[in-house]
Amino acid sequence: MNKPIPVSDFHAYPDAHGRFADYGGIYMPETLMPPLEELTAAYLALRDDPEFIAEFERDLKHYVGRPSPIYHAERLSKKIGGAQILLKREDLNHTGAHKINNTIGQALVARRMGKRRIIAETGAGQHGVATATVCARFGLDCIVYMGAVDIERQKINVFRMKLLGAEVVPVVSGSKTLKDALNEAMRDWVTNVADTFYIIGTVAGPHPYPMMVRDFNAVVGREARAQMLEQYGRLPDVLTACVGGGSNAIGLFHAFLNDREVAMVGAEAAGEGIETGRHAASLAAGRRGVLHGNRTYVICDDQGQITETHSISAGLDYPGVGPEHAFLKDSGRASYVGITDDEAMAAFHELARTEGILAALESSHAIAQAIKLARAMPKDKLILCNLSGRGDKDVQTIAAHEGITL
Amino acid sequence: MSERIEQRFADLRKRGRKGLVPFMTAGDPLPEATVAIMRALADAGADLIELGMPYSDPVADGPTIQHSSERAIARGVGIERILGWVAEFRETDATTPIVLMGYLNPIEIYGYARFAEQARAAGVDGVLIVDVPVEESASIEPLREAGIRQIFLVAPTTTEVRLAAIRRQARGFVYYVSFAGITGASQLDPADVRRRVDHIKQGGDIPVAVGFGVRDAATAVTISESADAVVIGSALVASLAEASDAESAVSAARDFLVPIRKALDAAAAA
Repeated sequence: MNKPIPVSDFHAYPDAHGRFADYGGIYMPETLMPPLEELTAAYLALRDDPEFIAEFERDLKHYVGRPSPIYHAERLSKKIGGAQILLKREDLNHTGAHKINNTIGQALVARRMGKRRIIAETGAGQHGVATATVCARFGLDCIVYMGAVDIERQKINVFRMKLLGAEVVPVVSGSKTLKDALNEAMRDWVTNVADTFYIIGTVAGPHPYPMMVRDFNAVVGREARAQMLEQYGRLPDVLTACVGGGSNAIGLFHAFLNDREVAMVGAEAAGEGIETGRHAASLAAGRRGVLHGNRTYVICDDQGQITETHSISAGLDYPGVGPEHAFLKDSGRASYVGITDDEAMAAFHELARTEGILAALESSHAIAQAIKLARAMPKDKLILCNLSGRGDKDVQTIAAHEGITL
Repeated sequence: MSERIEQRFADLRKRGRKGLVPFMTAGDPLPEATVAIMRALADAGADLIELGMPYSDPVADGPTIQHSSERAIARGVGIERILGWVAEFRETDATTPIVLMGYLNPIEIYGYARFAEQARAAGVDGVLIVDVPVEESASIEPLREAGIRQIFLVAPTTTEVRLAAIRRQARGFVYYVSFAGITGASQLDPADVRRRVDHIKQGGDIPVAVGFGVRDAATAVTISESADAVVIGSALVASLAEASDAESAVSAARDFLVPIRKALDAAAAA
């Protein structure tokens, strides 16, 4: 266990090298270093460009449908009998998840940089769909790399991407899941670096991605913070969000990082149970290492080989995690816990029956954690849970899990 | 501190020869054949051997080396065994430099100090960690302190500012990646490589090895016109992969390398 790092301003990270204290950085082959430098320079200029910001915000409002509401899950909270559970409804965004916040931002950056060919990796297919969507919206070519195993378990999203005009390339190397899709996208990028923009879907990868993806998703927390003050006259006591790579979690957490009275809990996929080894809980059960261009917590064996992870939700099935989360864990600012497949499924059903909301299996991990926390807290406390995506894409997986033939 | 790499390049220059650098994945096709293959490569005229440390997520490698790595990992090949093979090779060969090539995470997990000390003791001369650019080289400081040369990549995309930084940190030689792509692809543009290699050499006297896309005697000869050494990886790995036992792997290694050595020497003499 590392000693907590004293931090005076959490918004001061990362530094110019993309480091969040010990984490992050740029661990990439030389061929990609110059394009990463170019991207960093372009993004840093655009980040402060009022025209770019206005363009981004216009699309968030009119295309995505922001702001997303905060909804008080009253019946659920009453049934639990503890703290009040509030839901940040990212599931109501266009394409059904928070992922679109980031893909719009990056597509706008790509367009400004004059890159017409977009590549992306996807696990559950949500980021792939969100990328295919914005490529259609901006008239860009779109190639999505997806593990062959994920293609099998997310057929609906594969078809959605194709309907949107994207090419979906199956990845058959390694474990044939998200990490291998990321590897393959990197190989494409290294080969077609001159005209290609890589839209990474989470707060991982080399600098500037963890920072850039966070910035585009931070709208979630900024909105939520203002909405809390307006609707409840105060900030929530606890935030919860699911963490795979960690983009929706950092999106919610970021605006609250310097509000020390607001606790933060990330829910990782404990799969069949951390003790079984079949999980994807990098922070709760992994170790410090380097994966996909950044130093973070990874799941690997004693030889340093990245091992296969497991989660019922493809979007959390990743052996690394964004470096900022590693930093928040070590600094003690946020805590990270494992939620099993069964706990997530139970939370999914509970929310569906009490509130009429089908949550994504990823988000169901955050709901499960919110329910756990609510039980142990008094009724006047507020838990804000990021409902990062809707569950329509998961109905087949859920049916199969419960032995039901549709 | 070992000077094998510097010695070898000085020697090549003195004799007007070009270096031949085969790459093989440690433990593939057969762990028990690794040392024998290394010896066969040295006997067939290898000037330096690059020994790949297999990794589960090799982002810079094409399918040939990916699959080779997967096979080696499946056979339980890890750093400890690889260093054991280097030590065994050193029992009969005190002069052929060995560079370990791989990715950072296995070394990070093994422990930098432990790796540095054991690698030096085994007789490793250099490391090329594909995902450690100059910016992150502080990560592997203990290796440098142990006298292990850090070999850096230079790519067609490398800017002047970066090239200067790489020159400052590079030891042994620099490895020029002949095209923007992954290992084993076939996008080689000899005229472009020559231009770039000449440019790299203008800035100092560190030797330049060129790899990625060199597959046979003809491409090796073309590249050697400007490079100090040529690296051949995927094509060798592919021909070794077909071997079913140690003996056939050894003869595959020899049969692969001998004609390339001859062609390089003939071209240098001409």
